[in-house]
Amino acid sequence: MLGFIIQRLLQAVVVMMIISVLVFCGVYAVGNPIDVLISPDATQQIREEAIRTYGLDQPLWKQYLDFVGRLVQGDFGRSFVFGSPVLPLILSRLPATLELTLVAVVGATLVGVPLGMYAGYKPDSLAARAIMGISILGFSVPTFWIGLVLIFIFAVQFGILPAGSRGETRELFGISWSVLTANGWQHLFLPALNLALFKFAMMVRLARAGTREIMLTDTVKFARAAGESEATILRRHVLRLIAIPIVTVFGLEFGSTLAFAVVTETIFSWPGVGKLIIDSINTLDRPVMVAYLMLVAFFFILVNLTIDIVYVALDPRLRLRAAS
Amino acid sequence: MIAGPVAQFWSEFRVNRVAVVALAIVATIVVLSLVAPWITPQNPYDMAGLRLADARRPPGFVSPRTGITHWLGTDGQGRDVLSAILYGLRVSIEIGLSAGIIAFSLGVTLGTFAAYLGGRIEALIMRFIDLQLSFPAILLALVLAAVLGQGKWQLVAALVTAQYAYFARTAHGAAATERSKDYVEAALSTPLKPHVVVLRHILPNCMPPLIVVATVQVANSIALEATLSFLGLGLPVSEPSLGMLIANGFQYLLSGRYWISIYPGIALIVLIASINLVGDQVRDQLNPRLRR
Repeated sequence: MLGFIIQRLLQAVVVMMIISVLVFCGVYAVGNPIDVLISPDATQQIREEAIRTYGLDQPLWKQYLDFVGRLVQGDFGRSFVFGSPVLPLILSRLPATLELTLVAVVGATLVGVPLGMYAGYKPDSLAARAIMGISILGFSVPTFWIGLVLIFIFAVQFGILPAGSRGETRELFGISWSVLTANGWQHLFLPALNLALFKFAMMVRLARAGTREIMLTDTVKFARAAGESEATILRRHVLRLIAIPIVTVFGLEFGSTLAFAVVTETIFSWPGVGKLIIDSINTLDRPVMVAYLMLVAFFFILVNLTIDIVYVALDPRLRLRAAS
Repeated sequence: MIAGPVAQFWSEFRVNRVAVVALAIVATIVVLSLVAPWITPQNPYDMAGLRLADARRPPGFVSPRTGITHWLGTDGQGRDVLSAILYGLRVSIEIGLSAGIIAFSLGVTLGTFAAYLGGRIEALIMRFIDLQLSFPAILLALVLAAVLGQGKWQLVAALVTAQYAYFARTAHGAAATERSKDYVEAALSTPLKPHVVVLRHILPNCMPPLIVVATVQVANSIALEATLSFLGLGLPVSEPSLGMLIANGFQYLLSGRYWISIYPGIALIVLIASINLVGDQVRDQLNPRLRR
């Protein structure tokens, strides 16, 4: 088991290094950042000074080694645009994205799983068909367009919910959160709903497929024979059995929801990391782009690693294979 | 009665009425977008033909200057929204299809040859594919679109890079199964060249799952293209795709002029949802586990 974990950790380190090369090369192929940084009529001297300050006069491989060296020390460089260190900049935007993503994913699961289970329990009922219809829409309709429609209906036509920003926040552990105020929830509702719809569709499908399969198994037959009510069977047996894939997808999707938050944050001007990355792409703010991509890659590798290890810990068959 | 595979497929497909309607909608949209230059009242890309005085008019507005009835209104530059949608569909379909076809060829080649070659090369290729798949496609496309700059082919390249991995993994899975079957061994023992065996014997048997992935991915790349264009990372402004039309209308949406954003969006959804519905039926038909 320990050997397996060490092997996986080493693999993760190698992957991280490959990604750092790809990200660095990819991002540094974008235009010439100097043109963005200083005005075109700056003197030659100012130009050269700026190039030296940002280390852009060094060969690419030297820039990369410097970059990795600083990365290992937790220094992601300075933003070209804000002039401040990148890591604190991203971290300061992270709570906004995290609370948006968490509310969306948790909400989608809490609503999607019961509805999906119902659709799997009574697949031919009218309600089940309606639920599946909504889930197909959730898959087909691009996130950004739903965002527009939500703004149009709730903010423009009825004027009952705000269309942008985080609203009132309250401090907790030195970080401001919108979820702690009523006004913050009002601001959070539309973007969270927007982000949740795709996840909701996915949860419905997963829960439905799982429930349909498990309702046919002997487990359910025995439970029925033992006189358990249908509600108890669904809650005690079906829910527990479909929980495993749902938890897996929950973990994986959490990462991709963070990525999709880019779109939602742009539409609702939610001041999170996604808004930051779009702005930095538009202004060619390379250090921010590189740091963001590296953090996302790190996060994804961490999630995959955790899932692998948890699986091995939970499944005796995999444990045997890992040991051999 | 002996029917060919296509006729047999169709006779099963026909049973699902929703899928048939969806297929008809997809076909209609494709035809309409193909003949757009001949049926639209206005060429939306011809800036000289646009009248600023006709800008932001609601649906049904009849222009006293050009005599055109704008059934779906006009946008901020006086462009007829209906014409812009049909031209935009053209762009969206063209990009979605090109990206789908290139990603298909690239991914399938990589996947089948990885499965055929086996060993270290296979492990290396598939490890890389898995790595890429663990990364959200939208982020990849976003960064690539930013790196490559604006333009039709740059956008296609970004979409292909974001999507070929799905084809590669599916093709690899199917080809690896076929590879171990006796008929492939038999074919390989004949003087046929290995690539002929891969192309003529392995590949055709891998097609069913690939067709399913292809429908889903064409729908996905249309949606992805719209998203990128919406974020301002897609096509140049001179040739607005549906995503850009929606983005342009966003500012007017807040003042209640819904038609500039909402109608292109509906066109987009109808197209994507129809492709997905067709894809769902194809998947059910080709899935051996659901066959009676």
